Amino acid sequence: MEKFTKLKSIAADLQISNIDTDMIIPKQFLKTIKRTGLGSALFYEMRYDEKGNVIKSFILNNAPYNKAKILISGKNFGCGSSREHAPWALLDFGIRCIVAESFADIFYNNCFKNGILPIVLPENQVKELSEAAKKNKEIEIDLVDQKIHKGDNRPFDFEIEPFRKECLLNGYDDIALTLKKDAKIKTFEQNKKNLTPWLY
Amino acid sequence: MAKTLYDKIWESHLVDEQNDGTSLLYIDRHLVHEVTSPQAFEGLRLSNRKVKLPGSTLAVVDHNVPTTDRSKGIADKESAIQVETLSKNCKDFGIEFFGLTDKRQGIVHVIGPEQGFTQPGMTIVCGDSHTSTHGAFGALAFGIGTSEVEHVLATQTLIQSRAKNFKISVDGKLPLGVTAKDVILSIIGKIGTAGGTGYVIEYCGEVFRNFSMEERMTVCNMSIEAGARAGLVAPDQKTFDYIKGRPLAPKGENWEKALKYWSTLYTDKDAKFDRELHLQGKDIEPTVTWGTSPQDTASINGKVPDPNLEKNEDRKKSILRSLDYMGLEPNTAIQDIKIDKVFIGSCTNGRIEDLREVAKIVKGKKVNKSVDAIVVPGSGLVKLQAEKEGLDKIFKESGFDWREPGCSMCLGMNPDQLKPKERCASTSNRNFEGRQGRGGRTHLVSPVMAAAAAIEGKFVDIRKII
Repeated sequence: MEKFTKLKSIAADLQISNIDTDMIIPKQFLKTIKRTGLGSALFYEMRYDEKGNVIKSFILNNAPYNKAKILISGKNFGCGSSREHAPWALLDFGIRCIVAESFADIFYNNCFKNGILPIVLPENQVKELSEAAKKNKEIEIDLVDQKIHKGDNRPFDFEIEPFRKECLLNGYDDIALTLKKDAKIKTFEQNKKNLTPWLY
Repeated sequence: MAKTLYDKIWESHLVDEQNDGTSLLYIDRHLVHEVTSPQAFEGLRLSNRKVKLPGSTLAVVDHNVPTTDRSKGIADKESAIQVETLSKNCKDFGIEFFGLTDKRQGIVHVIGPEQGFTQPGMTIVCGDSHTSTHGAFGALAFGIGTSEVEHVLATQTLIQSRAKNFKISVDGKLPLGVTAKDVILSIIGKIGTAGGTGYVIEYCGEVFRNFSMEERMTVCNMSIEAGARAGLVAPDQKTFDYIKGRPLAPKGENWEKALKYWSTLYTDKDAKFDRELHLQGKDIEPTVTWGTSPQDTASINGKVPDPNLEKNEDRKKSILRSLDYMGLEPNTAIQDIKIDKVFIGSCTNGRIEDLREVAKIVKGKKVNKSVDAIVVPGSGLVKLQAEKEGLDKIFKESGFDWREPGCSMCLGMNPDQLKPKERCASTSNRNFEGRQGRGGRTHLVSPVMAAAAAIEGKFVDIRKII
C-alpha cells in the first residue's frame, strides 16, 4: 500500500448526499479479477451517457478537476455494498482523500486498506472546503499534523484513529501486522476449541 | 456488569485490544463468493500465504450466475472467468465450493443458514454487505471488503473497533398483510440510511419474537441499509429448532454443549444501550419506496413527497434528484404507480416462506398483461422444496417465469436487468440509481405486495386482498 503523509491538490466538489457504491462503480465493472484499471469506470453512469459519450457537465470530466486528488462530498458517502472496487476505482482515478460529513462504515474501512484517507468534518467546514474547491484553490492535507490547509491562516483539524494513521503513514500491510500476533491467536484458538468444540 | 448480546459476542472473540481501541477479533466462519474474492486469493499467492482454516470457510457462486438454462455454462465471458476463478481458488486452497450445477448452490446468505453453517454466538463475515442477514441467529455477522477477505483467509481474524449498541423494539402485533419487509423498511424510513452508522442493532420485542427465522433474516438482512455494522436477534427455541439436523449443525454430544452455550446469548436485563427506538406493530403499514434510497419510504396509502414542502435544502435536492430519476411527479398516490416488471427473490426475500406467501396471492390469478414477472429462488434447495410443494406450477400458471437460483435482478450482474425507465416492484434490498440496470426504476416492497402488484399492474393495498 502506498504511504500517505501529505497531499496537495485542487479538490473536486461533488455535493450529493448518500453517494452509494453502485454510483461509484456500477455492477458491470465488478466482473474483473484484478484490482487495477477501474479509474475509467469511476462514477460511470454520471460520467458517460447510454452511448458511452462523455457527459461534459460532470465535474470529473472537466479540467482541472479531472486531475483532482481530493474529493469533497455529501454525507453518508459510500453507502451500500461492500465492494472494494469503489476505493480501487477512486484510487485508480487519482483520488487519495475524500472529505465528507460522514461515511458508510464498510467503505470507510476499505479506504484505509488502499492508502486513501477519508476525513470526517462538520457541515460548516465541509461547506467552506467546497467553496475553496469551486475556486480551484489548492488544498493541503497533512496527515502527520492532522491539519487541512486551504490557503488562509485557519487550517482545519481532523480526527483519525491512531492505529489507522500509523498504517497510512507507513503504508503497512495489515496482514503482516496481524501475523506478528500469531502466538496470541494460537492461544485464543486453543481456548476456544475447549469452550466451543463443535466449531472445529 | 450487565451486557448486551453484542457485548457478549464481541468480548468472547477478542484476541487483542490496543490502547486506542483497535481490536483483533477472531472470526469463526467465512463465506466467500466469486465477485469479491479473486483479488484476495491473488494476494495470498503473491505473498505465499495459505488459508488458515479452510474448514471454516464455505464458497459459492451467486452474483454472476444466469438464472436461465445452465446446461451450456455461462455465456458472458467475464462472468464465466470469475466463476471459474473461484472454483480453481477453492481447489487450490482446499475450500468447500458449491458450483453452478450443485443443487446446494444459491445466494450466499441463503445457503449459510440452510446448511447449518450459521450458528448463534459466532462471528461470521463475507465480502458482501448483506452478511448482516446471519444476525437473525444471534451471530455477529457483517460485510467486509476484499482486503479484509484476504486478512480473514490468512489469519482467521479481523482488525476492528467496537461498535455502539442500538436497541430497536417493535411491540404488539402486526396487522394482517404487514410483513417483516414492511417492518425493516419502516425502520429505515424512520432512522435513515445513516441512522445505524457506528452501531450494531439488536431487534427486540414481541414482533421479532413471533417472527419465524426467515422473517428475522429479512429484517437483519437490511440492517446494512440503515447503515448499521450488523443486526442481531437473540437466539431462542425457534433458532435451535431451525438449526437442528442441518448438514453442518453440531451433532450428538456437541449439540448438547452448543445448546447450553447458545442459551447464554441474550442481553442482560439491566444492560445499557447507547440508543433506543421503540415502535408499535399496529402502526406499521405495507410500505413502498418511491425514491433511490431505501429510506425513501411511503405507506401504500401515501403519496410521493412534494419537494417544495421540504425545508431542509439538502433533503429537497435529493428528493428532486430521486423524482427525476424515478420519473415520478410530486404528490402522486403510491397506488397510482404502474409497474412493468416484478422481481421476487434475493437474499432479502428469496426463501421458501417468501415463495409460499407469493403463491397464496397469485394462485388462480394471472399476471397483468403489461407486466413481466420472475421468481428467482434463493437456492437450489429452496427451488427443489418449492417444486415439491407445487409452487412452481402456481407461478407458471399465473404467468411468472420460474428461474434458477442466484442474486439475479437484485443487482443485475447477470443478464436479469431492467431496461432504462422500466419500473419494477422488487423484493430486493436496494433501489439505488442504476442498481437493477441503467435507468431502471426500483420500488422495494414485500413479497406479497410485489405479488399483488404483478396481478394488478400497479401497487395495491395487500390488506384489501387477503
